[in-house]
Amino acid sequence: MVKKIYFQSIFFSVFFIREAFAAESGGMPQLNPEFWVSQIFWLILTFGIMYLVLSKIILPRISNNLESRKSQILENIEAAEKQREDSDEKLKEYDEIISKSKLEANSIFNQAREKALKEIGAKKEVLDNQIDNEIAEAEKEIDTLRKNAPDKINKIAIETSSELLQKLIGTEVNNSSISAIVDDLSKRNGDKYYGN
Amino acid sequence: MAANPMSQFDVYRIGPEIKVGALDISFTNASLFMILSTVSIMLIFNLGSKKNSILPNKIQLLAELSYTFVSKMISDTAGSKAKPYFAFIFSLFMFVLFCNMFGMIPYTFTVTSHIIVTFVLAAFIFIGVTVIGFIKHGFGYLKLFVPSGVPAVLLPLIVVIEIISYLSRPISLSVRLFANMMAGHTMMKVFGGFVISLGIVGGWLPLSFSVALTGLEILVAFLQAYVFAILTCIYLNDALNLHH
Repeated sequence: MVKKIYFQSIFFSVFFIREAFAAESGGMPQLNPEFWVSQIFWLILTFGIMYLVLSKIILPRISNNLESRKSQILENIEAAEKQREDSDEKLKEYDEIISKSKLEANSIFNQAREKALKEIGAKKEVLDNQIDNEIAEAEKEIDTLRKNAPDKINKIAIETSSELLQKLIGTEVNNSSISAIVDDLSKRNGDKYYGN
Repeated sequence: MAANPMSQFDVYRIGPEIKVGALDISFTNASLFMILSTVSIMLIFNLGSKKNSILPNKIQLLAELSYTFVSKMISDTAGSKAKPYFAFIFSLFMFVLFCNMFGMIPYTFTVTSHIIVTFVLAAFIFIGVTVIGFIKHGFGYLKLFVPSGVPAVLLPLIVVIEIISYLSRPISLSVRLFANMMAGHTMMKVFGGFVISLGIVGGWLPLSFSVALTGLEILVAFLQAYVFAILTCIYLNDALNLHH
Protein backbone atom coordinates (compact mmCIF):
# COMPACT_ATOMS: atom_id res chain seq x y z
CA MET A 1 0.00 0.00 0.00
CA VAL A 2 2.66 2.47 1.09
CA LYS A 3 4.86 1.24 -1.70
CA LYS A 4 2.10 1.73 -4.23
CA ILE A 5 1.47 5.30 -3.13
CA TYR A 6 5.19 5.90 -3.13
CA PHE A 7 5.73 4.73 -6.67
CA GLN A 8 2.62 6.50 -7.92
CA SER A 9 3.81 9.75 -6.46
CA ILE A 10 7.26 9.22 -7.98
CA PHE A 11 5.57 8.72 -11.32
CA PHE A 12 3.45 11.82 -10.94
CA SER A 13 6.31 13.90 -9.66
CA VAL A 14 8.41 12.98 -12.67
CA PHE A 15 5.45 13.89 -14.84
CA PHE A 16 5.14 17.18 -12.99
CA ILE A 17 8.82 17.94 -13.36
CA ARG A 18 8.65 17.40 -17.08
CA GLU A 19 5.61 19.64 -17.35
CA ALA A 20 6.97 22.44 -15.27
CA PHE A 21 10.69 22.51 -15.89
CA ALA A 22 11.22 20.89 -19.23
CA ALA A 23 11.90 24.23 -20.73
CA GLU A 24 14.39 25.65 -18.28
CA SER A 25 16.51 22.69 -17.11
CA GLY A 26 18.99 20.80 -19.16
CA GLY A 27 17.80 17.40 -17.87
CA MET A 28 19.26 15.56 -14.92
CA PRO A 29 22.47 17.01 -13.48
CA GLN A 30 23.59 13.42 -12.91
CA LEU A 31 24.02 12.91 -16.64
CA ASN A 32 26.20 15.98 -17.04
CA PRO A 33 29.73 14.55 -17.37
CA GLU A 34 31.45 17.79 -16.38
CA PHE A 35 32.35 16.63 -12.85
CA TRP A 36 32.39 12.86 -13.39
CA VAL A 37 36.14 12.60 -13.22
CA SER A 38 36.25 14.75 -10.12
CA GLN A 39 33.58 12.64 -8.43
CA ILE A 40 35.38 9.38 -9.32
CA PHE A 41 38.67 10.80 -8.07
CA TRP A 42 37.25 11.99 -4.76
CA LEU A 43 35.21 8.81 -4.30
CA ILE A 44 38.30 6.63 -4.72
CA LEU A 45 40.35 8.90 -2.48
CA THR A 46 37.88 9.20 0.39
CA PHE A 47 36.58 5.64 0.22
CA GLY A 48 40.13 4.31 -0.07
CA ILE A 49 41.34 6.21 2.96
CA MET A 50 38.28 5.20 4.94
CA TYR A 51 38.70 1.56 3.91
CA LEU A 52 42.35 1.57 4.95
CA VAL A 53 41.65 3.21 8.30
CA LEU A 54 38.73 0.91 9.04
CA SER A 55 40.40 -2.31 7.95
CA LYS A 56 43.83 -1.64 9.43
CA ILE A 57 43.01 0.16 12.66
CA ILE A 58 39.40 0.32 13.70
CA LEU A 59 37.80 -3.01 12.77
CA PRO A 60 40.58 -5.14 14.30
CA ARG A 61 40.20 -3.08 17.47
CA ILE A 62 36.44 -3.67 17.60
CA SER A 63 36.84 -7.38 16.92
CA ASN A 64 39.53 -7.50 19.59
CA ASN A 65 37.21 -5.76 22.05
CA LEU A 66 34.38 -8.15 21.29
CA GLU A 67 36.68 -11.15 21.53
CA SER A 68 38.19 -10.06 24.84
CA ARG A 69 34.77 -9.36 26.28
CA LYS A 70 33.54 -12.77 25.19
CA SER A 71 36.56 -14.53 26.69
CA GLN A 72 36.31 -12.52 29.89
CA ILE A 73 32.64 -13.38 30.26
CA LEU A 74 33.41 -17.04 29.63
CA GLU A 75 36.23 -16.91 32.16
CA ASN A 76 33.97 -15.31 34.72
CA ILE A 77 31.31 -17.93 34.13
CA GLU A 78 33.89 -20.66 34.51
CA ALA A 79 35.20 -19.14 37.72
CA ALA A 80 31.68 -18.82 39.07
CA GLU A 81 30.98 -22.44 38.22
CA LYS A 82 34.16 -23.52 39.94
CA GLN A 83 33.32 -21.54 43.04
CA ARG A 84 29.87 -23.04 43.09
CA GLU A 85 31.35 -26.52 42.91
CA ASP A 86 33.77 -25.65 45.70
CA SER A 87 31.00 -24.34 47.87
CA ASP A 88 28.90 -27.42 47.15
CA GLU A 89 31.78 -29.60 48.25
CA LYS A 90 32.29 -27.54 51.37
CA LEU A 91 28.62 -27.76 52.15
CA LYS A 92 28.79 -31.52 51.82
CA GLU A 93 31.80 -31.66 54.12
CA TYR A 94 30.05 -29.47 56.62
CA ASP A 95 26.96 -31.67 56.53
CA GLU A 96 29.12 -34.72 57.06
CA ILE A 97 30.85 -33.13 60.01
CA ILE A 98 27.52 -32.18 61.54
CA SER A 99 26.05 -35.65 61.16
CA LYS A 100 29.23 -37.22 62.48
CA SER A 101 29.31 -35.00 65.52
CA LYS A 102 25.64 -35.64 66.11
CA LEU A 103 26.30 -39.37 66.18
CA GLU A 104 29.26 -38.85 68.47
CA ALA A 105 27.24 -36.71 70.82
CA ASN A 106 24.54 -39.33 70.87
CA SER A 107 26.97 -42.09 71.75
CA ILE A 108 28.63 -39.97 74.42
CA PHE A 109 25.26 -39.21 75.91
CA ASN A 110 24.31 -42.86 75.89
CA GLN A 111 27.56 -43.88 77.52
CA ALA A 112 27.20 -41.26 80.17
CA ARG A 113 23.66 -42.34 80.85
CA GLU A 114 24.65 -45.99 81.16
CA LYS A 115 27.51 -45.13 83.46
CA ALA A 116 25.32 -42.98 85.62
CA LEU A 117 22.66 -45.66 85.72
CA LYS A 118 25.24 -48.26 86.70
CA GLU A 119 26.61 -46.09 89.49
CA ILE A 120 23.17 -45.34 90.74
CA GLY A 121 22.35 -49.04 90.71
CA ALA A 122 25.51 -49.93 92.59
CA LYS A 123 24.99 -47.25 95.20
CA LYS A 124 21.40 -48.29 95.58
CA GLU A 125 22.42 -51.88 96.16
CA VAL A 126 24.94 -50.87 98.80
CA LEU A 127 22.40 -48.69 100.50
CA ASP A 128 19.78 -51.43 100.29
CA ASN A 129 22.18 -53.87 101.86
CA GLN A 130 23.04 -51.44 104.62
CA ILE A 131 19.38 -50.74 105.24
CA ASP A 132 18.62 -54.45 105.30
CA ASN A 133 21.42 -55.05 107.77
CA GLU A 134 20.28 -52.24 110.00
CA ILE A 135 16.73 -53.45 109.84
CA ALA A 136 17.86 -56.98 110.70
CA GLU A 137 19.92 -55.69 113.63
CA ALA A 138 17.06 -53.57 114.83
CA GLU A 139 14.75 -56.53 114.60
CA LYS A 140 17.21 -58.64 116.55
CA GLU A 141 17.45 -55.99 119.22
CA ILE A 142 13.70 -55.71 119.37
CA ASP A 143 13.49 -59.47 119.62
CA THR A 144 15.93 -59.68 122.50
CA LEU A 145 14.22 -56.76 124.19
CA ARG A 146 10.89 -58.50 123.78
CA LYS A 147 12.28 -61.77 125.05
CA ASN A 148 13.74 -60.10 128.14
CA ALA A 149 10.70 -57.96 128.78
CA PRO A 150 8.50 -60.55 130.68
CA ASP A 151 11.35 -61.53 133.05
CA LYS A 152 12.06 -57.93 133.89
CA ILE A 153 8.40 -57.16 134.35
CA ASN A 154 8.06 -60.24 136.59
CA LYS A 155 11.02 -59.18 138.62
CA ILE A 156 9.66 -55.65 138.97
CA ALA A 157 6.27 -57.03 139.83
CA ILE A 158 7.76 -59.33 142.53
CA GLU A 159 9.85 -56.56 144.05
CA THR A 160 7.01 -54.07 143.93
CA SER A 161 4.53 -56.51 145.42
CA SER A 162 6.96 -57.56 148.23
CA GLU A 163 7.59 -53.93 149.14
CA LEU A 164 3.90 -53.22 148.91
CA LEU A 165 3.12 -56.13 151.21
CA GLN A 166 5.80 -55.06 153.67
CA LYS A 167 4.40 -51.56 153.86
CA LEU A 168 0.83 -52.80 154.11
CA ILE A 169 1.28 -55.66 156.45
CA GLY A 170 4.58 -54.76 158.01
CA THR A 171 5.98 -58.25 157.72
CA GLU A 172 8.55 -59.73 155.56
CA VAL A 173 6.97 -62.00 152.99
CA ASN A 174 8.84 -64.78 151.40
CA ASN A 175 9.97 -63.71 148.02
CA SER A 176 9.75 -67.15 146.54
CA SER A 177 6.03 -67.48 147.21
CA ILE A 178 5.41 -64.09 145.57
CA SER A 179 7.42 -65.03 142.55
CA ALA A 180 5.44 -68.20 142.18
CA ILE A 181 2.20 -66.21 142.17
CA VAL A 182 3.58 -63.63 139.68
CA ASP A 183 4.81 -66.40 137.40
CA ASP A 184 1.51 -68.02 137.48
CA LEU A 185 -0.27 -64.72 136.69
CA SER A 186 2.08 -63.78 133.94
CA LYS A 187 1.75 -67.16 132.35
CA ARG A 188 -1.97 -66.85 132.40
CA ASN A 189 -2.15 -63.25 131.19
CA GLY A 190 1.05 -63.15 129.13
CA ASP A 191 -0.81 -63.78 125.96
CA LYS A 192 -3.05 -60.83 126.66
CA TYR A 193 -0.16 -58.32 127.21
CA TYR A 194 2.38 -59.31 124.71
CA GLY A 195 0.19 -60.43 121.91
CA ASN A 196 2.11 -63.64 121.33
CA MET B 1 17.59 28.34 -7.08
CA ALA B 2 15.33 26.06 -5.11
CA ALA B 3 12.49 26.19 -7.61
CA ASN B 4 13.83 23.38 -9.74
CA PRO B 5 13.57 20.06 -7.89
CA MET B 6 16.56 18.79 -9.82
CA SER B 7 18.82 21.67 -8.86
CA GLN B 8 19.58 19.95 -5.54
CA PHE B 9 21.61 17.44 -7.53
CA ASP B 10 23.80 20.08 -9.15
CA VAL B 11 27.48 19.61 -8.60
CA TYR B 12 29.48 22.80 -8.32
CA ARG B 13 33.07 23.64 -7.70
CA ILE B 14 34.17 24.79 -4.27
CA GLY B 15 37.40 26.70 -4.47
CA PRO B 16 39.73 26.80 -7.45
CA GLU B 17 39.73 24.52 -10.43
CA ILE B 18 42.24 21.69 -10.05
CA LYS B 19 43.44 20.00 -13.20
CA VAL B 20 45.72 17.02 -13.62
CA GLY B 21 46.55 16.91 -17.28
CA ALA B 22 43.26 17.07 -19.07
CA LEU B 23 41.33 15.73 -16.05
CA ASP B 24 39.34 18.09 -13.87
CA ILE B 25 39.53 16.89 -10.25
CA SER B 26 38.28 20.07 -8.62
CA PHE B 27 36.94 20.00 -5.10
CA THR B 28 33.14 20.08 -5.36
CA ASN B 29 30.18 19.86 -3.02
CA ALA B 30 30.10 16.11 -3.80
CA SER B 31 33.70 15.81 -2.59
CA LEU B 32 32.81 17.80 0.51
CA PHE B 33 30.03 15.38 1.47
CA MET B 34 32.16 12.33 0.68
CA ILE B 35 34.77 13.70 3.06
CA LEU B 36 32.14 14.55 5.66
CA SER B 37 30.67 11.04 5.50
CA THR B 38 33.99 9.20 5.64
CA VAL B 39 35.39 11.44 8.36
CA SER B 40 32.29 11.01 10.51
CA ILE B 41 32.43 7.23 10.00
CA MET B 42 36.07 7.18 11.05
CA LEU B 43 35.41 9.46 14.02
CA ILE B 44 32.42 7.51 15.31
CA PHE B 45 34.06 4.12 14.96
CA ASN B 46 37.33 5.40 16.35
CA LEU B 47 35.51 6.70 19.42
CA GLY B 48 33.51 3.47 19.60
CA SER B 49 36.58 1.26 19.66
CA LYS B 50 39.01 3.33 21.70
CA LYS B 51 38.07 2.18 25.16
CA ASN B 52 37.51 -1.50 25.75
CA SER B 53 35.18 -1.64 28.69
CA ILE B 54 33.19 -4.70 29.65
CA LEU B 55 30.07 -2.58 29.92
CA PRO B 56 30.15 -0.56 26.70
CA ASN B 57 29.03 3.06 26.61
CA LYS B 58 26.59 4.28 23.96
CA ILE B 59 29.06 4.96 21.20
CA GLN B 60 30.96 1.73 21.82
CA LEU B 61 27.67 -0.16 21.75
CA LEU B 62 26.82 1.52 18.44
CA ALA B 63 30.13 0.50 16.91
CA GLU B 64 29.89 -3.05 18.21
CA LEU B 65 26.28 -3.48 17.13
CA SER B 66 27.16 -2.27 13.62
CA TYR B 67 30.10 -4.65 13.56
CA THR B 68 28.02 -7.67 14.59
CA PHE B 69 25.18 -6.61 12.28
CA VAL B 70 27.42 -6.54 9.21
CA SER B 71 29.39 -9.62 10.19
CA LYS B 72 26.16 -11.56 10.71
CA MET B 73 24.85 -10.34 7.36
CA ILE B 74 28.00 -11.56 5.63
CA SER B 75 28.16 -14.92 7.35
CA ASP B 76 24.45 -15.51 6.68
CA THR B 77 24.63 -14.78 2.96
CA ALA B 78 28.18 -15.61 1.90
CA GLY B 79 29.38 -18.02 4.58
CA SER B 80 32.66 -18.10 6.46
CA LYS B 81 34.80 -17.88 3.32
CA ALA B 82 33.79 -14.24 2.91
CA LYS B 83 35.62 -13.21 6.09
CA PRO B 84 38.57 -11.56 4.30
CA TYR B 85 36.13 -9.22 2.53
CA PHE B 86 34.42 -8.16 5.76
CA ALA B 87 36.28 -4.85 6.00
CA PHE B 88 35.36 -3.91 2.44
CA ILE B 89 31.67 -4.73 2.83
CA PHE B 90 31.58 -2.97 6.18
CA SER B 91 33.13 0.16 4.66
CA LEU B 92 30.78 -0.05 1.70
CA PHE B 93 27.69 -0.37 3.87
CA MET B 94 28.77 2.44 6.17
CA PHE B 95 29.75 4.71 3.27
CA VAL B 96 26.44 4.28 1.46
CA LEU B 97 24.47 4.55 4.71
CA PHE B 98 26.22 7.74 5.82
CA CYS B 99 25.98 9.35 2.38
CA ASN B 100 22.27 8.53 2.26
CA MET B 101 21.70 9.81 5.79
CA PHE B 102 23.68 13.00 5.23
CA GLY B 103 21.45 13.59 2.23
CA MET B 104 18.42 13.58 4.52
CA ILE B 105 19.59 16.76 6.25
CA PRO B 106 18.02 19.79 4.52
CA TYR B 107 20.28 21.78 2.17
CA THR B 108 22.82 18.98 1.95
CA PHE B 109 24.02 17.12 -1.10
CA THR B 110 23.37 13.39 -1.55
CA VAL B 111 26.50 11.75 -2.89
CA THR B 112 24.69 8.49 -3.72
CA SER B 113 22.10 10.24 -5.86
CA HIS B 114 24.68 10.44 -8.63
CA ILE B 115 24.83 7.55 -11.05
CA ILE B 116 28.55 7.95 -11.57
CA VAL B 117 29.29 7.39 -7.88
CA THR B 118 27.05 4.36 -7.52
CA PHE B 119 28.25 3.00 -10.85
CA VAL B 120 31.90 3.23 -9.84
CA LEU B 121 31.13 1.36 -6.64
CA ALA B 122 29.05 -1.26 -8.46
CA ALA B 123 31.60 -1.67 -11.24
CA PHE B 124 34.37 -2.11 -8.71
CA ILE B 125 32.30 -4.77 -6.94
CA PHE B 126 31.46 -6.47 -10.25
CA ILE B 127 35.06 -6.59 -11.42
CA GLY B 128 36.31 -7.63 -8.00
CA VAL B 129 33.79 -10.43 -7.69
CA THR B 130 34.54 -11.69 -11.20
CA VAL B 131 38.28 -11.67 -10.51
CA ILE B 132 37.76 -13.52 -7.20
CA GLY B 133 35.55 -16.06 -8.98
CA PHE B 134 38.16 -16.77 -11.65
CA ILE B 135 40.98 -16.96 -9.09
CA LYS B 136 39.05 -19.41 -6.89
CA HIS B 137 37.55 -21.63 -9.58
CA GLY B 138 39.56 -20.94 -12.74
CA PHE B 139 37.52 -21.48 -15.86
CA GLY B 140 35.16 -23.54 -13.73
CA TYR B 141 33.65 -20.21 -12.72
CA LEU B 142 31.93 -20.19 -16.12
CA LYS B 143 29.75 -23.02 -14.77
CA LEU B 144 27.87 -20.20 -13.03
CA PHE B 145 26.13 -19.63 -16.36
CA VAL B 146 25.09 -23.26 -16.71
CA PRO B 147 22.52 -24.07 -14.03
CA SER B 148 22.21 -27.76 -13.19
CA GLY B 149 18.99 -29.66 -13.89
CA VAL B 150 18.05 -27.69 -16.99
CA PRO B 151 16.90 -29.68 -20.06
CA ALA B 152 19.46 -29.65 -22.87
CA VAL B 153 17.01 -28.04 -25.29
CA LEU B 154 16.63 -24.97 -23.09
CA LEU B 155 20.31 -24.74 -22.22
CA PRO B 156 21.40 -22.26 -24.94
CA LEU B 157 18.61 -19.89 -24.01
CA ILE B 158 19.28 -20.21 -20.27
CA VAL B 159 22.99 -19.60 -20.71
CA VAL B 160 22.32 -16.44 -22.69
CA ILE B 161 19.87 -15.23 -20.06
CA GLU B 162 22.34 -16.00 -17.27
CA ILE B 163 25.13 -14.15 -19.01
CA ILE B 164 22.92 -11.12 -19.59
CA SER B 165 21.74 -11.14 -15.98
CA TYR B 166 25.33 -11.44 -14.77
CA LEU B 167 26.51 -8.58 -16.95
CA SER B 168 23.61 -6.38 -15.91
CA ARG B 169 24.52 -6.72 -12.24
CA PRO B 170 26.58 -3.53 -11.99
CA ILE B 171 23.89 -1.60 -13.82
CA SER B 172 21.04 -2.88 -11.69
CA LEU B 173 23.06 -2.42 -8.51
CA SER B 174 24.03 1.16 -9.31
CA VAL B 175 20.74 2.25 -10.83
CA ARG B 176 18.75 0.87 -7.90
CA LEU B 177 20.59 3.01 -5.37
CA PHE B 178 20.88 6.10 -7.54
CA ALA B 179 17.23 6.02 -8.68
CA ASN B 180 15.89 5.47 -5.20
CA MET B 181 17.88 8.36 -3.82
CA MET B 182 17.09 10.69 -6.68
CA ALA B 183 13.38 9.88 -6.77
CA GLY B 184 12.94 10.30 -3.04
CA HIS B 185 14.76 13.60 -2.87
CA THR B 186 13.00 14.92 -5.96
CA MET B 187 9.63 14.02 -4.51
CA MET B 188 10.41 15.73 -1.21
CA LYS B 189 11.46 18.83 -3.09
CA VAL B 190 8.31 18.75 -5.20
CA PHE B 191 6.08 18.49 -2.16
CA GLY B 192 8.06 21.25 -0.53
CA GLY B 193 7.34 23.36 -3.62
CA PHE B 194 3.65 22.56 -3.30
CA VAL B 195 3.68 23.84 0.27
CA ILE B 196 5.03 27.19 -0.95
CA SER B 197 2.73 27.48 -3.94
CA LEU B 198 -0.45 26.50 -2.06
CA GLY B 199 0.36 28.87 0.77
CA ILE B 200 -1.05 28.99 4.30
CA VAL B 201 -4.49 27.73 3.24
CA GLY B 202 -3.79 24.62 1.19
CA GLY B 203 -0.18 24.00 2.11
CA TRP B 204 -0.89 21.81 5.11
CA LEU B 205 -1.68 18.69 3.12
CA PRO B 206 1.58 18.59 1.12
CA LEU B 207 3.41 19.60 4.31
CA SER B 208 2.04 16.60 6.20
CA PHE B 209 2.85 14.44 3.21
CA SER B 210 6.36 15.85 3.21
CA VAL B 211 6.78 15.00 6.89
CA ALA B 212 5.62 11.43 6.26
CA LEU B 213 7.92 11.21 3.24
CA THR B 214 10.88 12.27 5.35
CA GLY B 215 10.31 9.27 7.59
CA LEU B 216 9.92 7.00 4.61
CA GLU B 217 13.07 8.41 3.02
CA ILE B 218 15.09 7.73 6.16
CA LEU B 219 13.86 4.15 6.00
CA VAL B 220 14.74 3.99 2.29
CA ALA B 221 18.18 5.45 3.02
CA PHE B 222 18.89 2.64 5.45
CA LEU B 223 17.23 -0.01 3.33
CA GLN B 224 19.13 0.90 0.16
CA ALA B 225 22.43 0.79 2.00
CA TYR B 226 21.46 -2.61 3.36
CA VAL B 227 20.33 -3.84 -0.07
CA PHE B 228 23.54 -2.60 -1.65
CA ALA B 229 25.64 -4.42 0.93
CA ILE B 230 23.61 -7.62 0.90
CA LEU B 231 23.63 -7.83 -2.90
CA THR B 232 27.39 -7.45 -2.77
CA CYS B 233 27.43 -10.35 -0.32
CA ILE B 234 25.26 -12.43 -2.64
CA TYR B 235 27.52 -11.76 -5.63
CA LEU B 236 30.51 -12.59 -3.47
CA ASN B 237 28.78 -15.80 -2.42
CA ASP B 238 28.38 -16.78 -6.09
CA ALA B 239 32.07 -16.24 -6.61
CA LEU B 240 33.21 -18.03 -3.44
CA ASN B 241 30.80 -20.96 -3.29
CA LEU B 242 29.82 -22.02 -6.78
CA HIS B 243 26.48 -23.71 -6.32
CA HIS B 244 24.95 -23.87 -9.73
